[in-house]
Amino acid sequence: MIEIIIYVFLGIGVFFNLLASFGLIRFPDVYTRLHAGTKCTTFGSIFLSLAVIMYGLRLWYLEGFNSGNSVLVIHTIIALICILVTNPTGAHAIARAAHRSGVMPAKAVVDDLKDDRKKGRGRKKK
Amino acid sequence: MKKFIVATVIGFLVYLLLTTSSGNDFFIWSYSEIVVGIIFAIIVGIIVRNVFIKDNFRMLNPVRWLVLLVYLIGPFFISMARANLDVAYRVITGRINPGIVKIDPKLKTDLGVTMLANSITLTPGTLSVDVDEDKNQLYIHWINVKEDALKKKPRDCKYVCGGFPKWVRRIAE
Repeated sequence: MIEIIIYVFLGIGVFFNLLASFGLIRFPDVYTRLHAGTKCTTFGSIFLSLAVIMYGLRLWYLEGFNSGNSVLVIHTIIALICILVTNPTGAHAIARAAHRSGVMPAKAVVDDLKDDRKKGRGRKKK
Repeated sequence: MKKFIVATVIGFLVYLLLTTSSGNDFFIWSYSEIVVGIIFAIIVGIIVRNVFIKDNFRMLNPVRWLVLLVYLIGPFFISMARANLDVAYRVITGRINPGIVKIDPKLKTDLGVTMLANSITLTPGTLSVDVDEDKNQLYIHWINVKEDALKKKPRDCKYVCGGFPKWVRRIAE
């Protein structure tokens, strides 16, 4: 039973990571590519990590509390937390750097940040 | 002093998490790892005590952590799943209508703004690009701009981030 759940999680994870790589090719500019690159990979990685956690929990349960299998579960949970914190942070950094260096969003309907920059607001004082 | 104790305890807990199943002396840790962990935690606590904790001890309240957990498992995960299906749809069909909008979530603390920006980046078709540090307003790149949201400036928060500011205010402020 639990093996079926693990396979389903692995399937979902691989599917979303695949979509992310398609998105990188299909989208027109850096911002929309970041959408694919952050969201889909995070979601896919969450499900891959959940599969590893389930597998580790099963091993831990089968082989007893002191068997040394807790390392798989707990380290994967820590890796998951790190992915959830660092992935959006990296996306912010790339998006902000791109906008500051003059890359404007393609096909943009509205760009409040550019308007504010022109007025001299929105720019950080240093 | 309180800053040092909090930083040390958190450092020690992280060390324990990273060295699970090192032995059988104390649950799943060996005594040697625990001793080394205490020594390193004290060194780390001395170094980071002023960086790690700025001015208040608000996040020491366990209720806030409980609310954070509920938030992550409940509304956050649901909107994240919806976001992924939405982006998947846009990847396949290529229908996008992007733009950068400015929202005013009316948060006061840095931690709150950070948490909201991270939540926004991980959920429905939105990506935070820049922040106005004086007014705590966020600039959001939105992959599918709705016409209704463009009526006033700064844009209405509910189209972009739903109920997130309410949750974040409960957790971080």
